[in-house]
Amino acid sequence: MKYKLGTLAVAGLMAAGPVMADLVFPSLSYRTGPYAAGGIPFADGYADYFTLLNERDGGIGGEMIQVPECETAYNTEKGVECYESLKGGGGLVYQPLSTGITYQLIPKVTADDIPMLTSGLGRTSAKNGKVFSHVFNFPANYWDGASVAIKHILDEEGGDLSGKKIALVYHNSAYGKEPIRTLTELSKKHGFEFKEVPVDHPGQEQKSQWLQIRRDKPDYVIMYGWGVMNQVAVQEAVNIRFPMDKFIGIWWSGSENDVLAAGAGADGYKALTFHNVGSDYPLYDDLKEHVFDAGKSAGAGDQAGTVIYNRGIYAAMLVAEAARTAQEIHGVSDITPSQMRDGMEALEITEEKMANLGLPNFGPEFKVSCENHGGNGFAAMTQWDAEAKEWKLISDFVQSDQDIVQPLIDEDSAAYASENNIEDNCG
Amino acid sequence: MNEQLAFTIEVFANGLMAGVLYALVALGFVLIYKASGIFNYAQGVMALFAAMTLVGIQNGQVPFAHLINAIFGTEVHHFGWSVHSFAAILLTVVVMIALAWAVQQFVFKHLVGQEPIILFMATIGLAYFLEGVADLMWGSELKALNVCASEGNCLPQGMNVWLEGTTYEALGYGFFIDNLDIVASIVAAILVIGLVIFAQYTKQGRAMRAVADDHQAALSVGVSLNFIWVLVWSLAGFVALVAGIMWGAKSGVQFSLSLIALKALPVLMLGGFTSIPGAIVGGLIIGVGEKLFEFLIGAPYLGGATENWFAYMLALLFLVFRPQGLFGEKIIERV
Repeated sequence: MKYKLGTLAVAGLMAAGPVMADLVFPSLSYRTGPYAAGGIPFADGYADYFTLLNERDGGIGGEMIQVPECETAYNTEKGVECYESLKGGGGLVYQPLSTGITYQLIPKVTADDIPMLTSGLGRTSAKNGKVFSHVFNFPANYWDGASVAIKHILDEEGGDLSGKKIALVYHNSAYGKEPIRTLTELSKKHGFEFKEVPVDHPGQEQKSQWLQIRRDKPDYVIMYGWGVMNQVAVQEAVNIRFPMDKFIGIWWSGSENDVLAAGAGADGYKALTFHNVGSDYPLYDDLKEHVFDAGKSAGAGDQAGTVIYNRGIYAAMLVAEAARTAQEIHGVSDITPSQMRDGMEALEITEEKMANLGLPNFGPEFKVSCENHGGNGFAAMTQWDAEAKEWKLISDFVQSDQDIVQPLIDEDSAAYASENNIEDNCG
Repeated sequence: MNEQLAFTIEVFANGLMAGVLYALVALGFVLIYKASGIFNYAQGVMALFAAMTLVGIQNGQVPFAHLINAIFGTEVHHFGWSVHSFAAILLTVVVMIALAWAVQQFVFKHLVGQEPIILFMATIGLAYFLEGVADLMWGSELKALNVCASEGNCLPQGMNVWLEGTTYEALGYGFFIDNLDIVASIVAAILVIGLVIFAQYTKQGRAMRAVADDHQAALSVGVSLNFIWVLVWSLAGFVALVAGIMWGAKSGVQFSLSLIALKALPVLMLGGFTSIPGAIVGGLIIGVGEKLFEFLIGAPYLGGATENWFAYMLALLFLVFRPQGLFGEKIIERV
């Protein structure tokens, strides 16, 4: 009996776990719950890119790819459970798509020697590789976003923000509060008045906040929202007739989901991005041939070309290239998570590389190093065209104000290093 | 007009409007609790399910399309037609009645006589089951909700320009009221009047009240408990549909819609679990209270975002002094 049970257990494990020789890129997705509308396209894009690599190229460096998915429902506890349950399967890198989960996983991935990528989210000071050895947040972080938004406003206002009022409408959580310090410093530097307007989770009711904005008449509103908070905020801004071209969302407040419900009123709303929009890229031709038309799309297969689907593709492309770099560094195709970390630390994304991958002008160029895990802090501005129902890139990729952002990163990461007795990883 | 006073009046008026929306959700809880003593944790999810069903029917979406395609290898997603809003609402009501029947037939019929905590647990199970079914049936993506009487004649959004202009001319300050909130208030008023008329003047309504007063006595005079509970769950389903339409029109229909139940809890604590007028008055007090607190104290002195906790604190205060709520029936147990 014991033998039978043992055999069954082994057979079960073999059936459930990925084939050990494959490269495993776990997907901590959220296809259910209040943030599913954002989680689904990301998970689909992430999976479809790897499906394409398997179908077209036979994987990466001759190794096939597995993308085991675990549903987190954007819940931090579930996210940690997913990490724990998947890490035994040889996951090379985790991308939690949640700042809450990221914070919980930082000590775990470091102890387990597994890298984590948190592009445009998570703990901003993780950019400092000297302190955060296993966490990466290239190509841009929350503070870069805040700074690039202010740079854009500076351009709009002819370089002078003195006497202007800028309000931050934010999700009242660790994520939403991230840009406050940066914007406070930028307000001192540029002389604008900065006002914080928090919105409690989930943000279904924001009348008070928008009445405040109607009363205070800020010149610009920046938003750090997610999920339903975005849709309600855009609708409320339309309701109070706030000029939409002076309303700027972070990249988590800039998808089709956030503006479609508001209809024509949302026309002109702006949002930051760290990758390009649309589907006019050679990569999409390959996706059509090898994934969409072959019936191998993830999910319902109806998210291609949306902003967050593209973000999923971009996230997958970054780690796929990091895996390729790791294979080159270590001279093996079947890399370990530790070797993957080395690949991420040596990753260089150039325009030539992106063009070869079928994604010309899709994102900023950057180079990762032991000290710099966050890239160069470039982001661009997009704007919603309600009639065409599409986002358009309206600026080049612009670098954040490193004079403001870098000292904040150094300060925050130094505090973390001191609390956790972390030595300089690059020393 | 003094500007601060004008802002305060504006916040007060918008608080009333928000309160009506909270009351719409609370009404569903009250209906079921009053008739069966069940605290229906699934009321928020019922609003989500109703709104998703409405949009799905309107858009001619094939229910369970993903499942059907996965099993049969087909590629069906839409029937290729769209349904007029009124017809879609009627069909959704039919679906909600079917749901009410199923809930009674397969769940609560088997739990008659169980402790209230068991019934409450059953509604928790029902909430998660229903959320899963909604996902499987209509998909998790965000859907825009447009309820239209005719082409271009849909639920209004945005500021009421007439009110703004009139108050500006009369008082020197143009007040902001959202058109959708005005419609929601009218709908809520019609709904409450309709429910009261139904409860007072129809045979089924009187039977419903008899069951609410005393199950045993109602049974002894030939009232079918089974029928009445299906009726009550159907009414709660209809109220959930109305709440789902009003909230869904604001933010699109998505899974966070189920969280509107959180807004109804303080309303119930304050207004009582057994009173329809209590749900309305409770909603208005919570709406006005949280908005005024945020405006006068929360935002200027406490950093803002006080509405969620203040609503519960206000309800808690009422609970301490009047545990049955403002309009709830006083609980007297003789020993």
